[in-house]
Amino acid sequence: MNSVIKGASYVLVHTPDMVYYNGTTQTTEMIVNPESEYLKEVKSNLRSYEDAVKYWPNQTYIGNVHPEELAGVEFPWYDKKKEDADRYGKYGEIMPEEEFLFLVQACDQFEVVRLDKDFVAEYKDKFAADPIIGEDIVAMIHEGVELSEIEHFVNEEHAEGLYFNDKLVGCVKRAHDIDVNLSAHVMHENLMSKASSVLALLYAVRNAGIDKAEVEYVIDCAEEACGDMNQRGGGNFAKAAAEIAGLVNATGSDARGFCAAPTHAVIEAAALVKSGAYKTVVVTSGGCTAKLGMNGKDHVKKGLPILEDCLGGFAVVISENDGVSPEIDLNVLGRHTVGTGSAPQNVIGSLVADPLDRVGMKITDIDKFSPEMQNPDITKPAGAGDVPLANYKMIGALAVKRGELDRKELANFTTEKGLTGWAPTQGHIPSGVPYIGPACEDIKEGKIKNAMIIGKGSLFLGRMTNLFDGVSFLIHGNTAAEEEAAAGVSEEEVKGLIAKAMKDFAATLMAE
Amino acid sequence: MDLENQKRVKEFAEEYGAENLVVVLGAAEGEAAGLAAETVTLGDPTFAGPLTGVQLGLAVYHVCEPEIKEEFDEAVYDEQVGMMEMVLDVDDIVSEMNAIREQL
Amino acid sequence: MAILEGKKAIIIGDRDGVPGPAIAECVKTAGAEIVFSSTECFV
Repeated sequence: MNSVIKGASYVLVHTPDMVYYNGTTQTTEMIVNPESEYLKEVKSNLRSYEDAVKYWPNQTYIGNVHPEELAGVEFPWYDKKKEDADRYGKYGEIMPEEEFLFLVQACDQFEVVRLDKDFVAEYKDKFAADPIIGEDIVAMIHEGVELSEIEHFVNEEHAEGLYFNDKLVGCVKRAHDIDVNLSAHVMHENLMSKASSVLALLYAVRNAGIDKAEVEYVIDCAEEACGDMNQRGGGNFAKAAAEIAGLVNATGSDARGFCAAPTHAVIEAAALVKSGAYKTVVVTSGGCTAKLGMNGKDHVKKGLPILEDCLGGFAVVISENDGVSPEIDLNVLGRHTVGTGSAPQNVIGSLVADPLDRVGMKITDIDKFSPEMQNPDITKPAGAGDVPLANYKMIGALAVKRGELDRKELANFTTEKGLTGWAPTQGHIPSGVPYIGPACEDIKEGKIKNAMIIGKGSLFLGRMTNLFDGVSFLIHGNTAAEEEAAAGVSEEEVKGLIAKAMKDFAATLMAE
Repeated sequence: MDLENQKRVKEFAEEYGAENLVVVLGAAEGEAAGLAAETVTLGDPTFAGPLTGVQLGLAVYHVCEPEIKEEFDEAVYDEQVGMMEMVLDVDDIVSEMNAIREQL
Repeated sequence: MAILEGKKAIIIGDRDGVPGPAIAECVKTAGAEIVFSSTECFV
């Protein structure tokens, strides 16, 4: 039987200070053009936490707004506020930066994170008050240190500063004096990824309604690498995050594949469960500090706030078929192969049409497609267009070409089968997976019968290959009951038949 | 435009001579196409890369522009770009590209 | 006069537009020599 999606979580962390100090658009500018007008304007174009919470796409990501409702909100969204917005949503939360720094410290096992004692005194209780943060995690927070100690590490020992309201409140020290893979920069990036993954794991377990001890395996699908100078990507974020999240019975590993990695990881998890290797597997990922403010120059130039001010995280719990939850159908898997090439139509063909052909389905048999769900409020001003819409147009055009859709229906197709993007441009975060949570609900409520999740990845950015990549899978309603019925007789019935045969046999013996 | 790409463009212009080079773009939007075109002709408008203040004046086209499209093998173009062309706003791309070329 | 024939071509593709290798396939058919092909990513 197919494995099922037990639950999903989606979390954001509002990190405006990290936009300035850690986003590569800004740090690159500090190197090549330190006196630039843009750098002077960054800080005054950052949003407050309240504004980030009231941002419609963020409320959609954490589950307070359905994607269909977002599609009805007049575009653009950056200048509109959702009035009854909430920090917490059914899938997760939007954590403020000052609280997140405590979670980062809890994730630090090597005393590289130092927080100022006044900062700790002022905000520790606020962090501890978050209902998802258990006492076990709060107990990992250290006493704060003198600010002068932090200043020393930042000024003299290449530590990365941790800022709140543009004030130095802590640092991430290097974990080794000469190993570049353990430098303060790398440690900072990796700890932020790990901490946001932990947050996602905590919510995923809660949302799935399972015990932490039930999780047997965790797959991390972020885009960072942890290791030392002898093994740059040695790993393993998955187990490291599972430890902090208290998943005591889990081991795990990291799956990488740029933005396609989450979809690869969900397929792997579904296969591990279906094969019987593990009963419950969680796919998780934290966010990416480097991508904060990636398109900030364009946003500032056009008078927008810097919209890429949040780290994203998500997690999906996949377990054995419970007879209720939506299933991942491993018979419908798309894959961009080495031989597929880069032509956009071939890419979409390999991911959408080919897997459907293999099981005799048509493109129009799919109720919703979730390709790359980047928020167009972010990408359009940056000249990258409306990425989900471009994907839907391609899928629709392919359906027309295959004679499955009338050309006149093309405009309808993109709204009927498509979604408006709402995910932050955190690379792997928008890639197909943001819709898994809403899709499961829509399927359970009978609003749709299935959804195709599509992940694509720009492998060429790693300079190891010029190839593109992508995989896809299908989610549909639970078919356990149908499968049993189709199998003819249930175990109960077989037992009954055997008992009756024995009785009859005994009766014939008696008669003789 | 990516800083490394700017560096390479500059190196090729020095190596082969600007008059021997043609830049072909695949940008998703008119504005992005225009910015890339501006970078390789008038200089990097974002003042970030090696082409800041460098006027290479290279010939530059978007792959979907009619005058360059007609030089391609039709079947190959159809197979590689055909469907994407239906998705892109080619009119907008053409007008942005022309606006940059007019400034040369 | 042809734009591409006999010229050296630099290709700057876009992940969400037309990727570099797809442009390269076309440019080859017009008689240009491809000296560089890259694909940019804004997401």
